[in-house]
Amino acid sequence: MVPRAEFRSYYGRPILKKPRWKAPHMPGYLYLGGLSGASSTMAALADATGRQRLALTGRITAAAAGTAGAGLLVAELGRPERFLNMLRMFKPTSPMSVGSWILAGQGGFTMAAAASAVTGIAPGLGRAAGAAAAVTGPLVATYTGVLLADTAVPAWHEAYRHLPLLFAGSSLASGGAVTMIATPRGDAGPARRMALLGAGLELAAAGALERGMGLRERPELVSEPYRTGRAGVLLRTGRALTVVGAVGAVAASRSRAAGVIAGLALTGGALCTRFAVLYAGHASAEDPKYTVIPQRERRTVS
Amino acid sequence: MAECHPVGFQWVMEAKARGARIFHIDPRFTRTSAVAHRHMPIRAGSDIVLLGALINHVLSGGHDLREYVLRYTNASVILSEDFQDTEDLGGLFSGYDAETSSYDPETWAYAGGEQEAPAAGARDEQEKGDDPDGGTSQGDGPGGPSGRITQEHGPGATYEATSSQTGHADERDETLRHPRCVYQVLKRHFARYTPEMVEQICGIAPDDFAELADAIVANSGRDRTTAWVYSVGWTQHTVGAQYIRTASILQLLLGNIGRPGGGILALRGHASIQGSTDIPTLFNLLPGYLPMPYAHHHEDLDTYLERAAGDTGFWGRKRSYMVSLLKAWWGDAATAENDFCFDYLPRLTGDHGTYHTVLDQIEGKVKGYFLLGENPAVGSAAGRLQRLGLAALDWLVVRDLQLIESATFWKNSPEIETGELTPEGIGTEVFFLPAASHVEKDGTFTNTQRLLQWHHKAIDPPDDARSDLWFIYRLGLRIRERLEGSADPVDRPVLDLTWDYPEEGPHHDPSAEAVLREINGYDADGNILSGFTALKDDGSTSCGCWIYSGCYTDGVNQTARRKPGSEQSWVAPEWGWAWPSNRRILYNRASADPQGRPWSERKAYVWWDGEQWTGHDVPDFEKTKPPSYEPPPDAKAEAALAGTDPFIMQTDGKGWLFVPRGLVDGPLPAHYEPHESPVENLLYKQQGNPVRQTYDRPGNRYEPVDSDVYPYVFTTYRLTEHHTAGGMSRFLPYLSELQPEMFCEVSPELAAERGLVHGDWATIISARTAIEARVLVTDRVRPLRIQGRVIHQIGLPYHWGSAGAVRGDSANDLLPIVLDANTHIQESKAATCDIRPGRRPQGPALRALVRRYRRMAGIPED
Amino acid sequence: MSNSLYGPLPDVAEDAGYTGAPERRGFFTDTSVCIGCKACEVACKEWNAVPDDGFALTGMSYDNTGALGASTWRHVAFVEQTRPRQVGDGGDTRWLMASDVCKHCTHAACLDVCPTGALIRTEFATVVVQSDVCNGCAYCVSACPYGVIDRREDDGRAWKCTLCYDRIGDGLEPACAKACPTDSIQYGPLDELRERARARLDALHEEGVTEARLYGEDENDGVGGAGAFFLLLDEPEVYGLPPDPVVTTRDLPAMWKWAGGAALALAGGVALSFLGRR
Ligand SMILES: Nc1nc2c(c(=O)[nH]1)N[C@H]1C(S)=C(S)[C@@H](COP(=O)(O)OP(=O)(O)OC[C@H]3O[C@@H](n4cnc5c(=O)[nH]c(N)nc54)[C@H](O)[C@@H]3O)O[C@H]1N2
Ligand SMILES: Nc1nc2c(c(=O)[nH]1)N[C@H]1C(S)=C(S)[C@@H](COP(=O)(O)OP(=O)(O)OC[C@H]3O[C@@H](n4cnc5c(=O)[nH]c(N)nc54)[C@H](O)[C@@H]3O)O[C@H]1N2
Ligand code: SF4
Ligand code: SF4
Ligand code: SF4
Ligand code: SF4
Ligand code: SF4
Ligand SMILES: [Mo]
Repeated sequence: MVPRAEFRSYYGRPILKKPRWKAPHMPGYLYLGGLSGASSTMAALADATGRQRLALTGRITAAAAGTAGAGLLVAELGRPERFLNMLRMFKPTSPMSVGSWILAGQGGFTMAAAASAVTGIAPGLGRAAGAAAAVTGPLVATYTGVLLADTAVPAWHEAYRHLPLLFAGSSLASGGAVTMIATPRGDAGPARRMALLGAGLELAAAGALERGMGLRERPELVSEPYRTGRAGVLLRTGRALTVVGAVGAVAASRSRAAGVIAGLALTGGALCTRFAVLYAGHASAEDPKYTVIPQRERRTVS
Repeated sequence: MAECHPVGFQWVMEAKARGARIFHIDPRFTRTSAVAHRHMPIRAGSDIVLLGALINHVLSGGHDLREYVLRYTNASVILSEDFQDTEDLGGLFSGYDAETSSYDPETWAYAGGEQEAPAAGARDEQEKGDDPDGGTSQGDGPGGPSGRITQEHGPGATYEATSSQTGHADERDETLRHPRCVYQVLKRHFARYTPEMVEQICGIAPDDFAELADAIVANSGRDRTTAWVYSVGWTQHTVGAQYIRTASILQLLLGNIGRPGGGILALRGHASIQGSTDIPTLFNLLPGYLPMPYAHHHEDLDTYLERAAGDTGFWGRKRSYMVSLLKAWWGDAATAENDFCFDYLPRLTGDHGTYHTVLDQIEGKVKGYFLLGENPAVGSAAGRLQRLGLAALDWLVVRDLQLIESATFWKNSPEIETGELTPEGIGTEVFFLPAASHVEKDGTFTNTQRLLQWHHKAIDPPDDARSDLWFIYRLGLRIRERLEGSADPVDRPVLDLTWDYPEEGPHHDPSAEAVLREINGYDADGNILSGFTALKDDGSTSCGCWIYSGCYTDGVNQTARRKPGSEQSWVAPEWGWAWPSNRRILYNRASADPQGRPWSERKAYVWWDGEQWTGHDVPDFEKTKPPSYEPPPDAKAEAALAGTDPFIMQTDGKGWLFVPRGLVDGPLPAHYEPHESPVENLLYKQQGNPVRQTYDRPGNRYEPVDSDVYPYVFTTYRLTEHHTAGGMSRFLPYLSELQPEMFCEVSPELAAERGLVHGDWATIISARTAIEARVLVTDRVRPLRIQGRVIHQIGLPYHWGSAGAVRGDSANDLLPIVLDANTHIQESKAATCDIRPGRRPQGPALRALVRRYRRMAGIPED
Repeated sequence: MSNSLYGPLPDVAEDAGYTGAPERRGFFTDTSVCIGCKACEVACKEWNAVPDDGFALTGMSYDNTGALGASTWRHVAFVEQTRPRQVGDGGDTRWLMASDVCKHCTHAACLDVCPTGALIRTEFATVVVQSDVCNGCAYCVSACPYGVIDRREDDGRAWKCTLCYDRIGDGLEPACAKACPTDSIQYGPLDELRERARARLDALHEEGVTEARLYGEDENDGVGGAGAFFLLLDEPEVYGLPPDPVVTTRDLPAMWKWAGGAALALAGGVALSFLGRR
């Protein structure tokens, strides 16, 4: 526990606005984007290395997840009918603008690649689209780290180094997990390894975040929302599930059932992580101490 | 002031920025206290002790501005040997009649002055107890005029034609040593008002008192002036008028009247409440503070005028004011032969003030009632009685912007909830007529500074809403139509009225400018008059209100002038128009010394330049009367005043430290406890104001002094966010959201004593009823140590009622009807109550709770 | 659109692409003369036709609107402070009042992160939401370091103070400043206001009001200086203001680097996974 610091506030009211982004839309979108991103890259490499079964799974997953994710994103808007306004301009200072373009690309490429793969029409173009999606994929999976970090919410902003890595790991794990579930054991080797690598990265990044390792100011205070409350429970649950999933992924080379269980556990872990991040952000914005104390100390120092 | 007059308060902030020191004296720490240098919490109802102690401090320390006091006030006048002070009579003055609870002011007269005609004209006749159905109880005798709204706290009072014949005193002692001279009487009278008494009665520590006293003394004199600013925290007491009197004495002693930066500033209420005393909605006044004639006594104009006001000073021209008024009303029908239709004026038969009228309603004596811009169901004391009165009428016309409680009481009043009344059981036929607001019509507002400011219509009123001018005019037309051809002399006053105004706009509104021109006045040829000195007493001029004469000089609507302050002198004479004669500071002759020189360069305002009076403002003095002028014997009107007499409306031209005539409760202020008080009067045997008006009857039961059933003081007040009875705020979302609920303010100490929880509910109980309010526990309310005891005060805003966007219980339901006998204003700033946690009982259980409390306190049943 | 993300910026309008723009306009809110009358809140609502914010007693002194938000663009805070006291003791109560508003930051996070371009920088260097463009993504809500802008749930759009863009363009004062009786809210060219504020601060210090301080006037602060700055009588957080806000986009380049790295890691991870036999 962080010692209760002396600080003053206006009737304990938050200084920041609680993010309007809510569950399940936002975490769902983060998860699906990550899944789509990792899957599209995987599909392209599978295709390049001649693993057609894997490629097909990846393409369909990438397209489906991308579409569903975009759907959630649209639903999350205050005025969904104005989604297209996202594409009025390209604005490098707005991660959401950048993300929208990446997402648009990702959506188009994965749809084209999946359509071609399913129907067999225009295989050349399909493969090209798949290759393009392999480039946008990792970006879709990790830009969301910037999306959250580029806010005033201390738990997000201060974690700008952790979040992209966390999401990268989690996406890898998610991609591997879904593929493990959807492909026969024999085809799923790369998926198992993805899941393992991803789980490792996710656990490392989440662990660092939870302990405040690598945060600049008042690390133990700023990271508190990740350890406490709803976010803390979810993050710990996510970790347990991810560990189970990782063990399962190792076993999955021998057992299909293990693969399915591992896949489900990792998916659950990835989802928990995303929800945890959202709730940590809410908690961090709602209690003025997270805003006041680090800033006050910063001021006294300078 | 910051709360209720935020726009005017900018000048206080500006003064502060220029170095003025601001003291705030208020039971509660308010928004005003927040920006004042010092806040002094005081027990509600005790200011006379504080002010009296300041007077004592000034007198005993010799801090008065002696030359000013000697020449401009009646300090040197020797009083009659018959006068006995509160010192001698245990808190009463001589002349008290216990039977009628009233004073005969005869012994208050100056020594050697001839025994003049009954002094205070029409008002005194009432004081003799004319009112046939007045005196049901203590102090009811003075009966007395006025609705509370209009006589509240106003400088108009200085213009009232009350003083009359006191004239020039024959006996004076310029050394101020004579034991019966006013100065020495004052000294003795206020000797018991000590800092110790201030501590015991007001709860203000001696150190704090000393700080205030030193600051005021240091900031008064030739080179500096101090101003006192008050509003209804001073007037809504049974001693309200005497609060202001005490301040007047202090300010006169310090030489702070008639000078820039000085004065006693009455901050008035509704946007044109000053206007509605000048051209009164009061039953006992005619325009320009001429008294309303009384039945039986004034057979003709001459006798009326003899009694109406004095012959010396500017009231000496009273005949021209009155005749011009009658000409304005009855035009050609008013002739010298028929006394200018003086007989057409209605006559008073008693107290027709608001509260008396309400009691008459309950007794079935009032059948019909017009409510134009008033919401008594919420805004008047003893709310329950107010509503019972409305429910007893045959018909009621409400003209308002909103469907206020006074129009909907028959379906949503608390009495419906308790089951005392039912909609079916109420026979009152209610007509609601929507009124145009001030932005929907032309007209003037007259503000605290006597400044008339024209407002232009911004938009036409919506739907059926019409201006009050439209309504009154049409009502008059229709009545005249009905009466047409009538031979009954009783109808002549209405039929002979000048009742024709040009109409304009889509709704055919009578022209407000035409009305203003009529108020300004015309000469016989129809030319606009230049001012009140042009008024004639022979019927050749007409004028709707003599003090407003000049507001349309040169055919220009002077009230519509809006030259920015930056483009004119600091007095800003070209912004609007101030009565009388566009003077911005009244009695400003006093800003110069007796020789006519400014008291100091810094405080120069108007002065005698050798040939005439000149300066920054319009001199409130005859322009060419030199300081050396001595009136010849038998001179009349202003000619009877000397060149050193600045107070030109007074018969003797002096500021009155001692008031021989005009007040019904004594020539000097004395501290009396509020009618409901937690303590006994430490200063005198006499507990309360002996002539206060009480009505101890069902629905209006009073609580005993020092009652442990009702141990706490409460005071009612306003919030910036709301307006009075709420018609203009509770129905508007932007204001309602800012103060959405009725609350009570209590100190942490009281909260602990009674288990009140911040944010929860509390029930406040008086002998009249119980109300509920949310609790705000705040350090801004402080317990006081009074006579060795801890006294808790509870703050209650009074804006809520049973209609509107936000609703709540009404603080006025707690208060009784008990009135200042001079002004007939209710004591709504100090009363006692109990408070306990939780919501109040609903339905009949509410009355049961109130009864239980009354029984515990031994109060008679309703 | 602004290319600089942090630090002093002498000409904000020029940075945003305007040429020959008028002087930068802003507010100096001197809370030492605020009387808490809330005329500013009401005038703002009247002029801008902002809906009411609900009717709830907060118990927070006389503040029942609580905070700035989508339907409260001026908000007057009330802070009651007392040092311990005894009955009859003159005590020492302070009642601080302060009218808060959007800061119209030199580096406005809300504007920077807005994906649609609904938030714009005006020629007066103020920050305005174009409600017809806003799609309600609420990014600005989380980005504002002062918690100013918010989304109205019923119409889904983000709203905040426009610094009365429709008035100042016509040479009028903003409605809130116009209504303020004590000149607590002063509107004008920012440079002038800063000078005035420093003079006022000096005067107060001379009077012995040592606790007076300026907030948001320093162009070296985390947002490059606020277009609406304040004179406060206590620490900012006492009024609900962040003590040392920093525009989030200061770290944006670093963020993109880390995200790029993470993307590479992801891609690398996938590639690594394909190194195995099957
Ligand atoms: N916002 C707003 N402005 C208004 C009005 C409104 O309703 N709302 N109403 C208008 C009207 S009609 C009027 S009459 C004026 C009234 O203006 P004010 O007189 O300023 O109004 P109140 O709040 O009724 O009373 C003033 C103060 O008197 C204090 N007080 C109570 N008893 C005593 C006492 O014995 N001694 C002293 N020294 N102080 C005491 C109360 O605590 C309160 O703070 O305001 C006008 N302006
Ligand atoms: N307990 C307690 N009681 C008090 C006081 C107190 O301090 N404490 N103060 C007293 C004082 S000073 C006052 S002035 C009274 C006020 O008490 P009221 O005068 O009864 O209350 P208001 O709400 O001001 O009522 C004025 C009404 O006029 C309407 N109105 C506004 N403009 C127009 C118009 O142009 N034409 C017409 N026809 N109607 C219009 C408004 O909608 C409003 O309903 O309350 C008094 N009562
Ligand atoms: S409500 Fe009107 S009269 Fe009262 S302070 Fe405000 S502007 Fe002046
Ligand atoms: S205060 Fe917030 S809403 Fe206002 S300009 Fe700055 S970042 Fe934007
Ligand atoms: S909610 Fe509207 S203004 Fe805010 S960032 Fe999104 S589009 Fe821009
Ligand atoms: S500048 Fe205009 S929009 Fe902004 S708070 Fe003031 S009145 Fe409201
Ligand atoms: S209008 Fe001025 S004085 Fe009134 S609350 Fe707003 S800032 Fe303060
Ligand atoms: Mo009033």
